[in-house]
Amino acid sequence: MTVEDARRVLGARVLIGEEYLDQEVGTACGSDMMSDVLAFSKDHSILLTGLCNPQVIRTAEMLDIVCIIFVRGKKPDEKTLELARKTGLVIMETGHRMFSACGMLYEAGLRGGAI
Amino acid sequence: MGDVITLNYTVKPDDFTRAGEASSNVKNTLKQLGIPPAAIRKVSIALYEGEINMVIHARGGEITVEVSPEEIRMVLADVGPGIPDIELAMKEGYSTAPEEIRSLGFGAGMGLSNMKKYSDSMDIQTELGVGTTISMVVRVM
Repeated sequence: MTVEDARRVLGARVLIGEEYLDQEVGTACGSDMMSDVLAFSKDHSILLTGLCNPQVIRTAEMLDIVCIIFVRGKKPDEKTLELARKTGLVIMETGHRMFSACGMLYEAGLRGGAI
Repeated sequence: MGDVITLNYTVKPDDFTRAGEASSNVKNTLKQLGIPPAAIRKVSIALYEGEINMVIHARGGEITVEVSPEEIRMVLADVGPGIPDIELAMKEGYSTAPEEIRSLGFGAGMGLSNMKKYSDSMDIQTELGVGTTISMVVRVM
């Protein structure tokens, strides 16, 4: 699926990176703990999180993640968004909770990747 | 051995929002130098974990990265409190990070073990009350 497909599944709102929505995405991970994302992520293209600070963007940048979806209606502050703009990420937000958002994407064909 | 490019960074203490700037800069530089993506990924994760650690535990420090066609050598030196028990600190899940850091998404006790996992060799020199110097090497395949 593409980032746009993921957006449609969740009814998510794009905050940044409207121009990158046609990128292909195969796997995703969901966590509020960036330490764990760094430790366990393997070539994931989407990060779902409820954590809103600039280190979420940095973590995604280091892992070549292409899209961050903020769940539970969380909205990153301007500092975080500004950093995201510089790194060329797609940033979206959805009102769905973490479990639901992950489940909806899984049902639509997105997978967790290798363990 | 070809030319070696040296990059130097000062990591500021207590500035959590800016942590990762050095790692980001190194990542972009390695891309421009045409280093293979697999090596860049390893360097990025290992260095970012180290940089975060410096901000959380050590009042910042100095990062030096040497890039040669064969390997990327990273040295992270701080004048922080030192690590009392390296073996314990290396254990996955063990963390001395305060609750405030956990609420920022870090301090799961994966940092040092992750740095070891993503580097081809790692050396820790530490002295209590004096500081810690961590050297990591990632080979360019």
